[in-house]
Amino acid sequence: MEALIYNFFNLEILLKVHPLLLKGFWMTLQLCLLVVPLGIAGGLVVAVAYSFHVRWLNWLLIAYVDFFRSFPPLVLLILVFYGLPFIGLEVPSLIAVLIAFLLNTASYYGEIFRAGIESIGRGQREAARSTGLTGLQTMVYVVLPQAVRNVLPDLISNTLEVIKFTALASVVALPELLRMGRVAQGLTYNPTPLIAVALIYLALLWPIVRLLSRLERRTMAKR
Amino acid sequence: MTAPLPMLDLKGVRKSFGAIEALKGIDLSVARQELVFIIGPSGSGKSTLLRCCNRLEEPTAGQVLFDGVDILSPGIDINETRRHIGMVFQSFNLYPHLTALGNVTLALRRVLKLPRDDANERGRAALDEVGLAERAHAWPNELSGGQQQRVAIARALALEPKVMLFDEPTSALDPELVGSVLDVMRAMRESGMTMLVVSHEMGFAREAADRVLFMDEGEVVEEGAPARIFEAPAHARTREFLRRVTGH
Ligand SMILES: Nc1ncnc2c1ncn2[C@@H]1O[C@H](COP(=O)(O)OP(=O)(O)O)[C@@H](O)[C@H]1O
Ligand SMILES: [Mg+2]
Repeated sequence: MEALIYNFFNLEILLKVHPLLLKGFWMTLQLCLLVVPLGIAGGLVVAVAYSFHVRWLNWLLIAYVDFFRSFPPLVLLILVFYGLPFIGLEVPSLIAVLIAFLLNTASYYGEIFRAGIESIGRGQREAARSTGLTGLQTMVYVVLPQAVRNVLPDLISNTLEVIKFTALASVVALPELLRMGRVAQGLTYNPTPLIAVALIYLALLWPIVRLLSRLERRTMAKR
Repeated sequence: MTAPLPMLDLKGVRKSFGAIEALKGIDLSVARQELVFIIGPSGSGKSTLLRCCNRLEEPTAGQVLFDGVDILSPGIDINETRRHIGMVFQSFNLYPHLTALGNVTLALRRVLKLPRDDANERGRAALDEVGLAERAHAWPNELSGGQQQRVAIARALALEPKVMLFDEPTSALDPELVGSVLDVMRAMRESGMTMLVVSHEMGFAREAADRVLFMDEGEVVEEGAPARIFEAPAHARTREFLRRVTGH
């Protein structure tokens, strides 16, 4: 018992390394606050562009989405991170990470938004166009508000995935939560920091999971 | 003296969907303040004809002159044109995420770019015209079918259109709710609105229409005053159709 507490729930160690963990948490939070909105914006652009049904453009968009949905995100991250400098693009590591995440997450968000847009009947669009709204105005004021509502559970569960993905950035030494947890573990020869990291992730994600299941129950009830 | 310019003037309008010829050369002129009523069996091209009038469908050939302007010509700003052509759909197509007032004011805000207060004022006036001023803040799913259709009419009326297109506005309604929508249409007619109406409400046609057109298989088979069409149809197809819908 004592050994268990010493190894996994060691308060003394936690006190010693908590600045590291805080720094990691802060980085993870920043990553999420950048990656999620960027991914959503990218996904929206993809889905809205798709909805205009320009043949060559849709062909490109499908190729983009298919490619990045089937490409392992960790491989993508490493490729972008080490590949960009190789082709002469020296960008800060955060930017490299953001580019990799944007390419990946926008393809997933794009598919979700596309499904949402396609769930809205033609009549809504025609009513809007018949009053003189442009195609883009119709999208923004009539189609998207309903589409987003229809796919809200999918958007949230994808966001959960994206937040978990940010831990991948530890592989390229971005000082996010997991990375800092492992640094702390290395310094103290004690796994307690990793347990702390796990608990922080749980605290971050659990409210979102709750929100999601409440939403899902509500949509079930409506059916 | 030249004849006054028709509000709508269709010349040789054709529309094909792949191999299906939905409109086979329609000529139709709607005068100012006229109510033209279109009847015909399902699939005869009535909806397609209305939808060609505001280019929800692009005609394959022919001309559509609205107030003397060819709305098919390349230079036309179709969004600007559409706000002068109101359209009412069989399935209402209210925006479910907006209140009645929100439905009516969306185009006022985004197309006419009216400030919120002006749009709301004009929106309330339009809802008042259809007898729904006190339901301005109701959501579409809180309204009966008849009320929803009247909100849809108000949404078109708020833009102060020069002509109104109705595509079976009462077909989706329970019988007891049809009257409230027809009352609104009658009032519009009396206030001088130009109207092109596709409907099966023969009683309304008799009483309110200037002219009735019978369409079948993408063509106008015959047209004339309501009494003439209903009492002495010249064509066998018209007689057959009328016998089926009136049930004797
Ligand atoms: N978007 C479309 N694509 C293919 N065919 C269509 C489309 N719209 C209408 N049609 C066809 O055109 C014909 C006329 O349809 P429509 O104008 O809806 O008739 P109505 O309103 O008189 O019932 C029908 O044969 C219908 O199947
Ligand atoms: Mg029809």
